[in-house]
Amino acid sequence: MEVTGIVALACGFIIGLGAIGATIGIALMGGKYLEASARQPELMNDLQTKMFILAGLIDAVFLISVAVALLFAFANPFVA
Amino acid sequence: MSAEGPGPTPSEYIRHHLVHQANKKQENIVDFSIINIDSVVVASVLGMLICFVLWRAARNSHAGVPGRFQAAVEILVEMVDKQAKGLIHNAASRKVIAPMALTVFLWIFMMNFMDMIPVDLFPFLWAHGIPVISDHNSAGLHAVFGAEDYMRVVPTADLSTTLGLSVGVLLMCLYYNVKIKGLGGWAHELVSAPFGTSKNPIFAMLLGIVNFAMQMIEFVAKTVSHGMRLFGNMFAGEMVFMLIALLGGYAALSFSGGLFFIGHLITGTAWAIFHIFVITLQAFIFMMLALIYLGQAHDAH
Repeated sequence: MEVTGIVALACGFIIGLGAIGATIGIALMGGKYLEASARQPELMNDLQTKMFILAGLIDAVFLISVAVALLFAFANPFVA
Repeated sequence: MSAEGPGPTPSEYIRHHLVHQANKKQENIVDFSIINIDSVVVASVLGMLICFVLWRAARNSHAGVPGRFQAAVEILVEMVDKQAKGLIHNAASRKVIAPMALTVFLWIFMMNFMDMIPVDLFPFLWAHGIPVISDHNSAGLHAVFGAEDYMRVVPTADLSTTLGLSVGVLLMCLYYNVKIKGLGGWAHELVSAPFGTSKNPIFAMLLGIVNFAMQMIEFVAKTVSHGMRLFGNMFAGEMVFMLIALLGGYAALSFSGGLFFIGHLITGTAWAIFHIFVITLQAFIFMMLALIYLGQAHDAH
């Protein structure tokens, strides 16, 4: 296989697997947040700040992988 | 649709927009002799702007009913102060760290905000002059300065800037580790946390090596992930804005380009609105993690 083809496949995997991980993470956390704030509505504001921070942390890995994949797609360092 | 329009191909366009205005061409991944002049200049200007605005707010502040500007700054200061109080239990260090956190938050927010400016505005000004008046044949600002026509205006989409900031936080952590625990106390912590130590000298030695390795890994991982997180988010944002700009570029090439243009408007609006959330959140996360790491430096094990 050519390098371009392999890199194209790799970009698909990077974005796809990253998206799976990030969505599962966000879904678990969002579900727990809703559950917790249904049990204790007075904690909602405190938990919301923490949830956003964690959402940013979870999202970051996925966004980094998107950036790397897009970099490979347009400015491929493996093709000299 | 014509296959070869005027101007660069999408790949060339993106590659061109990913080159920094540097003092020399980058050959290796790590090269400390390279300075990305555009990042340094934009970051310095924004930093000075933030300091000036906060200085104005502090000078003109008064007791009594605050104006809108003063109220906005007060809300920010209170927000950061509250977070700092919750994470750093030392009033003396908080006097330095809380203002640092506020400055870092606003500075990174401003640097991230450069992403919201149309992606091609500054590169076009730099390469060809004022949009609409100039065209692709005229020489822009780079001819005035005698530089090449590369320009990237988002300093946080440059790994050097973000890792520089996170290394700054690391240095502060080391400083506070030594200051709070003393050199001996910190050295003891390096070899006894996180797995504890033992009375038996052989086990104490082994545990010390493992603990020390763990501590080093922790420091490196903290710093690298701290910087990479901000960089990755901003770089991805910039990249997607470029792709959206390309969608608009395709509209000009074809008669049926109206659909591309509508797509350009919809995706551009959606991503810009989402990105307002992302840039604020990432600036906030960077500040919070800096506070958390500095708070850890104050905790004795």
